[in-house]
Amino acid sequence: MSAHILPKRIYYTIYGILILCTFLTVQIAFFDLGPLNTIAAIGIAILKATLVILYFMHVKYSSRLTAAVVAGSVFWLAILVALTMTDYLTRAWRTFG
Amino acid sequence: MPEAVRDHSHVPGLAHHFDTLDQQTEATTLGMWVFLVTEVLFFGGLFTVYTVYRSWYPGAFAAASHELDITLGTINTAVLITSSLTMALAVHAAQLGERRTLLIFLAATMLLGGVFLGIKGFEYYHKFVEHHVPGSSFQFEQEYFRHAQIFFSLYFMMTGLHALHMVIGFGIMLVMFWWAWKGTITLEYYSPIEISGLYWHFVDIVWIFLFPLLYLIGRHAH
Amino acid sequence: MASSTLLIPPRHYLNDGYGIKSWLLTRDHKRIALLYLAGVTLFFFVGGAMAVLIRIDLATPPGDLVTDETYNKLFTMHGVMMVFFFLIPAIPAVLGNFLVPIMIGAKDLAFPKLNLFSWYIYIVGGLFTLYALVSGGVDTGWTFYTPFSTVASTTNVIPTALGIFITGFSSILTGLNFIVTIHRMRAPGMTWFRMPLFLWSIYATSLINVLGTPVIAITVLLVAAERIFHFGFFDPRVGGDPVLFQHLFWFYSHPAVYIMVLPAMGVVSELVAAGCRKPVFGYPFVAFASLGIAVLGFLVWGHHMFVAGESVYSALIFSILSFLVAIPSAVKVFNWTATMFKGAVSWETPMLYAYGFIGLFTIGGLTGLFLATVAVDVHVTDTYFVIAHFHYIMVGGTIMGYLGGVHYWWPKISGRLYNEALAKISAGIIFIGFNLTFFPQFVLGYLGMPRRYHAYPPDFQVLNVLSSAGASILGVGYLIPMIYLMWSLRYGRLAGSNPWGAVGLEWTTTSPPPTENFAETPLVTWDAYDCHAPSESHVA
Repeated sequence: MSAHILPKRIYYTIYGILILCTFLTVQIAFFDLGPLNTIAAIGIAILKATLVILYFMHVKYSSRLTAAVVAGSVFWLAILVALTMTDYLTRAWRTFG
Repeated sequence: MPEAVRDHSHVPGLAHHFDTLDQQTEATTLGMWVFLVTEVLFFGGLFTVYTVYRSWYPGAFAAASHELDITLGTINTAVLITSSLTMALAVHAAQLGERRTLLIFLAATMLLGGVFLGIKGFEYYHKFVEHHVPGSSFQFEQEYFRHAQIFFSLYFMMTGLHALHMVIGFGIMLVMFWWAWKGTITLEYYSPIEISGLYWHFVDIVWIFLFPLLYLIGRHAH
Repeated sequence: MASSTLLIPPRHYLNDGYGIKSWLLTRDHKRIALLYLAGVTLFFFVGGAMAVLIRIDLATPPGDLVTDETYNKLFTMHGVMMVFFFLIPAIPAVLGNFLVPIMIGAKDLAFPKLNLFSWYIYIVGGLFTLYALVSGGVDTGWTFYTPFSTVASTTNVIPTALGIFITGFSSILTGLNFIVTIHRMRAPGMTWFRMPLFLWSIYATSLINVLGTPVIAITVLLVAAERIFHFGFFDPRVGGDPVLFQHLFWFYSHPAVYIMVLPAMGVVSELVAAGCRKPVFGYPFVAFASLGIAVLGFLVWGHHMFVAGESVYSALIFSILSFLVAIPSAVKVFNWTATMFKGAVSWETPMLYAYGFIGLFTIGGLTGLFLATVAVDVHVTDTYFVIAHFHYIMVGGTIMGYLGGVHYWWPKISGRLYNEALAKISAGIIFIGFNLTFFPQFVLGYLGMPRRYHAYPPDFQVLNVLSSAGASILGVGYLIPMIYLMWSLRYGRLAGSNPWGAVGLEWTTTSPPPTENFAETPLVTWDAYDCHAPSESHVA
């Protein structure tokens, strides 16, 4: 495996973006955007996680197998959540009580 | 595929059942990634439980989320992200064979991990004092009394398991620090540092999701 | 049968080091496989003992052998032991551990120390669960449904849950080991499509292990946490949903049944190819069917919950997906049958088990489709129909595959041949005993006898007596191989490298193999099952 030695400034740049996103997500939480609040919060979290995966964990510079493994895990979690929610979102008797 | 190498005696760190150091590094790296897949599904079960109950009890979840200290949570998020930076820089130092820098950044990572756990412990203590631990001593406003217990059950289970993983990560870092100190980690053989880094970054990613899901629900209401 | 120039090598993995330390601290995947063999056999006996008591009690209509509470504990322990400590590990941990490195031309798995650690985890988890058994038992059923398991049951739920949690890591780490080994340690020339189909099955099984087991791990942890800390995840008193437990539980436990059957299918592919002296028909289809079963198997779990309280719409989705998952299984059965067509079909013991598998798995699989049909399931769910269905797959399928594999590779593992006449007789006894035990249960279930009850109306007695009689025959059938296999270790004829004249890297090395498997790393230039491949090693 050839070493992918990134210049340190890439790490510092990603770090800066991550801290900025953290600040942003906290600020957004104080505004009432209805359902957009949740979407924004999850979206920013996904962005942060993606940056950590691609750059800190070097997936951008790794093999396709590594990328497939990462994508597979996310996809499988999505199956668990989505198919479970097909039950909860379609129950005629809504919540338990 | 690599040819068979007969003599492993002067390739430091090469196990006998591998043919080359490259093959070993590829195998151990893939092994850590596969392990992280299992961790995604492990925490994923908790995220599923969270999704179901947040969709059912949005009011209770918002009210309960308010009781968490957003300042401490934000600080902890920043601390953990910083520890990911120091971890990445530790790997970088290992890749360049810079032993002293590696030791410094490993120590920094551990220090930041310790700060995170300390703040978490402080938060837990507060939850205990405020009677927000589910069970017989639980107290909460009448309207959300029952469902808030589910939120706090999730809070303790998710952050508790996350903290346990941080403790394990701390232990791994101690071992890495020891190996780097002894000189086991060299310019040719530094994959243990990289693999430990993968684990550490994963624990950071779990928190990146836990923070908004637990701390930032319905903050605009007050 | 091919003859061999070297009957038994002077140095091999069994005599490479003596004493208990050389076994308990071994890193050799072959020795670890035998350590697992000891473990799974022990737990099989425990689970089997539970079955004996159950069938004795069921021979008469009143529940008169044991109390209701004890009966609950018997079927719970039977299920827990058989599922988690026998069926899930058996083929992967015994045959997989032994064969995966040899079949790809490697010296060992990717992580030998992790492999040994996995065995210790398995044993510790098993001992936890045995402790729970002898100190009072568990009465929740192996399915641990909430809120009974979290709130109402007064039995040893927590140690059992923790035992399963611990053992789960053994599955996870073994799966991880196999995946990395198959990706990164294949010998030069061993491409993916030159691998024996057993390896495709093991790979698919390992994917399920890695993706599914963590979810059961967190689920049993949640049950334990709810009992210990009074968290409210599944507790209706605080607004929790007990059915959520079932979603999480079955997300793993349905793919788990594919963990149990896929390796057996892999064994059958090897047996059919060797027994018919032909490459398996449609190799790519069988390989991709293994992956297809693994993937689709994750999409069907809701079919266990049709009457539990899930919505009608999600039941419909899970029903359709359950029909889809039958397709790759059927593809395999068609391809094995096509392999046998115009093949030199042999009747040696391993092949008998393979043919038994094909027939009984077909019955089990087809009855699965009955259960996947929501309207039929409403009638037969939680009856003996379901019990018959899954025992046809688990016992008629997996255990037959396991026994077939053990017999086929026994000469390689031990260097000895077993007594063929006794082996054939045992296979026949097992086949007859099995069908007599479980076929009447289809009828019983259809007529309405519920599962997990030990008292039933007198009208059902004849069928129950037939089933119990079959069980005693089946028990005898399982005991005989243990005797002649043990006997062969000392007195069996020496086998030589390739007693079956089969194709595969494992048959090119000595019986038993040397510790490092091959004297030199093989260079593979032939397809799987290609009869022009080297059939014997010329390097000692």
